[in-house]
Amino acid sequence: MSTQAEEFDNLLQEATEAVATAGSLPELDDVRVAYLGKKGAVTARLKALGALEPQERRVAGQAINRVKQSLEKALAERRGVLQEVELARGLETERVDVTQPGRGETVGGLHPITRTLERIEDLFTSIGFAVAEGPEIEDDYHNFGALNIPEHHPARAMHDTFYFDAHRLLRTHTSPVQVRIMETQGAPIRVIAPGRVYRCDSDLTHTPMFHQVEGLLVDHGVTFGELKAVLDEFVKCYFEQDLAVRFRPSYFPFTEPSAEMDVQCMFCRGDGCRVCSSSGWLEMLGCGMVHPAVFECVGIDAEHYTGYAFGIGVERLAMLRYGVNDLRIFFENDLRFLRQFR
Amino acid sequence: MRISEQWLCEWVALNVPTVELCRRLTMAGLEVSSVQAAAPAFSDVVVGEIVHCIPHPNADRLKLCEVFAGELGLVSIVCGAPNARVGLKAPLAQVGAQLPDGLRIRQTRLRGEQSAGMLCSAKELGLADEAAGLMELSQDAPNGIDLRQYLNLDDQIIEVDLTPNRGDCLGMAGLARELGALLRKPVTRPSLEPVTAVIDDELSVHLDAPADCPRYIGRIVRGVDARAPTPLWLCERLRRAGIRPLSAAVDVTNYVMLELGQPLHAFDLATLAGGIRVRRADSGERLALLNGASVELDEQTLVIADAHRPVALAGIMGGASTAVTEQTCDLFLEAAFFAPRSIAGRARRFGLHTDSAHRFERGVDPNLPRIAMERATRLLVEIAGGRPGPVSEASDAAYLPSVAELVLRPARVTRLLGSEIPSVEMHEILERLGMSVTESSVGAWSISVPAYRFDIAREVDLIEELARVWGYDQLPARRAPAGLAMIARPERVLPVRRLRRLLVARGYQEAITYSFVARELEQALDPEAAPIVLANPISADLAVMRTSLWSGLIRALLHNQKRQHQRVRLFETGLCFSGNLDALRQESVLAGIVCGSAWPEQWGASRRSLDFFDVKGDVEALLALTGEFATFRFVPEPHPALHPGQSARIYRCDRGVGWIGALHPRVQRTLELSMPSFVFELALAEIEAAVLPACQDLSRYPSIRRDLAIVVDEDVAVQQVDDCIRAAAGGNLREIVVFDLYRGQGIPPGRKSLAIGLILQDSSRTLTDKGVEESISCVVGELRHQLKAELRE
Repeated sequence: MSTQAEEFDNLLQEATEAVATAGSLPELDDVRVAYLGKKGAVTARLKALGALEPQERRVAGQAINRVKQSLEKALAERRGVLQEVELARGLETERVDVTQPGRGETVGGLHPITRTLERIEDLFTSIGFAVAEGPEIEDDYHNFGALNIPEHHPARAMHDTFYFDAHRLLRTHTSPVQVRIMETQGAPIRVIAPGRVYRCDSDLTHTPMFHQVEGLLVDHGVTFGELKAVLDEFVKCYFEQDLAVRFRPSYFPFTEPSAEMDVQCMFCRGDGCRVCSSSGWLEMLGCGMVHPAVFECVGIDAEHYTGYAFGIGVERLAMLRYGVNDLRIFFENDLRFLRQFR
Repeated sequence: MRISEQWLCEWVALNVPTVELCRRLTMAGLEVSSVQAAAPAFSDVVVGEIVHCIPHPNADRLKLCEVFAGELGLVSIVCGAPNARVGLKAPLAQVGAQLPDGLRIRQTRLRGEQSAGMLCSAKELGLADEAAGLMELSQDAPNGIDLRQYLNLDDQIIEVDLTPNRGDCLGMAGLARELGALLRKPVTRPSLEPVTAVIDDELSVHLDAPADCPRYIGRIVRGVDARAPTPLWLCERLRRAGIRPLSAAVDVTNYVMLELGQPLHAFDLATLAGGIRVRRADSGERLALLNGASVELDEQTLVIADAHRPVALAGIMGGASTAVTEQTCDLFLEAAFFAPRSIAGRARRFGLHTDSAHRFERGVDPNLPRIAMERATRLLVEIAGGRPGPVSEASDAAYLPSVAELVLRPARVTRLLGSEIPSVEMHEILERLGMSVTESSVGAWSISVPAYRFDIAREVDLIEELARVWGYDQLPARRAPAGLAMIARPERVLPVRRLRRLLVARGYQEAITYSFVARELEQALDPEAAPIVLANPISADLAVMRTSLWSGLIRALLHNQKRQHQRVRLFETGLCFSGNLDALRQESVLAGIVCGSAWPEQWGASRRSLDFFDVKGDVEALLALTGEFATFRFVPEPHPALHPGQSARIYRCDRGVGWIGALHPRVQRTLELSMPSFVFELALAEIEAAVLPACQDLSRYPSIRRDLAIVVDEDVAVQQVDDCIRAAAGGNLREIVVFDLYRGQGIPPGRKSLAIGLILQDSSRTLTDKGVEESISCVVGELRHQLKAELRE
């Protein structure tokens, strides 16, 4: 008996050594096959049990099963070790230089004017203004006549108008959209109209095309105080700064009372600097209460309805917000400029 | 309009510093654009009188002068001025004086003679742009007095930008009235007593066009000394207002215009033939103007005429032949009221802008002509002598503006402004502005508006006056009560914002180009194009309206190519203009232009140039945002700007919605583009319709993929293969992928090989091999039959 027990011990020892010296997973598998495979040494011993006496078989069976279990445990442990080694080796070869640039398309960007327009639209839509558009080739009536600017009115001299013929022109402001909306929709109205406008003027501070956002609110009991409030809030939200504003009387034929809104210079905080020509204020937009003559043109009852309107110069806002010093650069579409706006 | 602060002080007792005065004006709607000193800084210049003057012994052009400067005594000056003479009073810069150009006066020797100071011209003191000699001061100027004090040079010139509605402020009187209301100060007017006629001569005046000119006042003044010097104080006031002194008669008319706001004109009586007629010109009449120009007149033009011919453009400019000259002895003075409507725009038509037209087209008080006439006569006689005749007036009351009677409802004021102005305050403001107020009934006031306020015609105009003078900053800002109303957000409309963002994510930079372009550029893209033409373009480069966005994008591309950008990806959205003015289409379009490599330069990636399909991929991504990509098709069609073999019209169902293609090599050469460029454009109105997602149940059964390699003729389009497979494969086909395209070895010439993957799936059961084989063999059969496709082994 002892002989058999010794033999089993030797077998286990020999197998365990083979497991321990296996240097790779295939080598380890060879060891497994050599002992536990169909023709393996341990398997052969198990098969040989059948020829033994029942008494002997029980003892030998228990012994050889212990060998098998020990061997399996050793194999599993060694496998775990070898897998770790292989993984580590693999990881090392798969190392990359993470500072190499990523591949693929780079991102482009929106034009700063679009970005500004969208910002203005978002602020006004957040308080219930809808967004409308209108034609850019306009007629005399919508651009001037219906806005209480008859032919030969001195105010027309302030608009250097591009004409196509006696009555067709490029809109000089977004205000004709006001007229079109009032004509088609009637009161009440709460709308802004962003878009391109054109004036026959080109120098350092004028481009023949630029952008405005027109605002119009018509309802029962709309007041000048509300106009002041909405524009004051707009400026603070647009610039994300607590800037003072002031309203100065001005003149637009289609509003009465009319006002020009100045904003405290955000560069010097009102102390006076180069940007604000030492005045501490920046002219920002024109506004006023809709003139009853305009209401009459579009068939809205001026006794029952009042309204306010405003026109925001988009380029000016973009220049102040993003530090653009030259108006003309907006329309050169130089990639070195555009790429600064992502 | 430039105002001397000192002059203003004579009208209103200003008790505020200049800065505050300017703020008040600006905040009342009379925007102050600049404030500048009336004279540049200089010091130690006094009035000096030349008491002795002899030629310089060593220089032909110089003189040795002894100048008496009052308490300062006698000073020896070497002077080169041609008008230096005994008895002349002129500005004397003493030793130590500092002149505006920085020169400091020192004791010097000139050609051996002592000079202890300098006699100055107006130019040297910064009081004129040019000077022929020493500035000649009045004989009554006290010797030795400081010149700044004597000429009141410590004055501010305030420049006010008046809006077109405030013609009433185009004179010192009107501004003073305005300031009186703002500062609550009384206004004092200068003496405006009538002048007694000393002769009987009159010139008849006839109004042929009373609607245009309902009032014309004239007066003869005989025996005027046209060469009489205009007194310095008057010249100074003109100068500070930006008007150059010319001669006594002209200076006086200009002065009264500045003072009262009434433009006047002086004719040389000797050049007028017969009486004055104010009439519309006859077509073809000509008039030579004071400024040297000659204009052709028509029936739209109002003129002042004598018995034979027009002698002035009414309210705009006088004629040359009847102008006052140095020889003039007898004058005819004119002061009239012209209807603003009859003057507006006329001056601009003749390319003129005059102080007179500027005032008349904004409206001048119809009651001013007589007052101004008396004021001008008095000044003229004082300065240049002369014997005035009686005032002749022609008026037609029917056409004179009447005093407007308006109703003001205080409740309406509150309702429009959102806050109340106290009744007493409203009363006072209106009265200070020259209106009379009576409380006619409860809640309604009757207001009489003076004739000079052409801008006040309605109740709301009065409300503006109240708000303006009360102060916009006194009216509280109040948030509107929340009339909460949601805005419709139709989800079946694809917002332009999503399209823009998709392109941005694919590396495009948004451009904004002018809507007008050069005609040549439009024609290079489409020789047949008939763009809409601007009547008054700013330049030939910006002369016609774009018919597509490509023209502007090409210019932007060129701009960047010139700055070494090899890879450019730009897009724009905006209107394109087609048709003609009477059948105009203004269509919103999204367009792009691309050139350069397919990918940004980077390691480990292909450096190939981009091709049609790279750009098509971008366009397909845009179209896919509609949620119904399958409704779009790319159909080969020619376009004049595009490469004939690489151009496609894009259709949605059967409607053309856009174009894509390579720019035609000829176009590219004409426009000097250095690289092949690809363009696309989509009509936004046609692609904005999007589908609302309608969710399908997910199949619980596996999908099966079968790959086919087929060989077809070169001219069989992938679209045909796709259509054929979709028709034949049956309802279980989920997706088709074209994963390879091959020509060359093993494929007969004129044929191409396509590798296509078909993905099939059933929603209710697992597909059987048999079912799949049936579908595939059906597909293969149809491909063979319809497209002569062969299966590649």
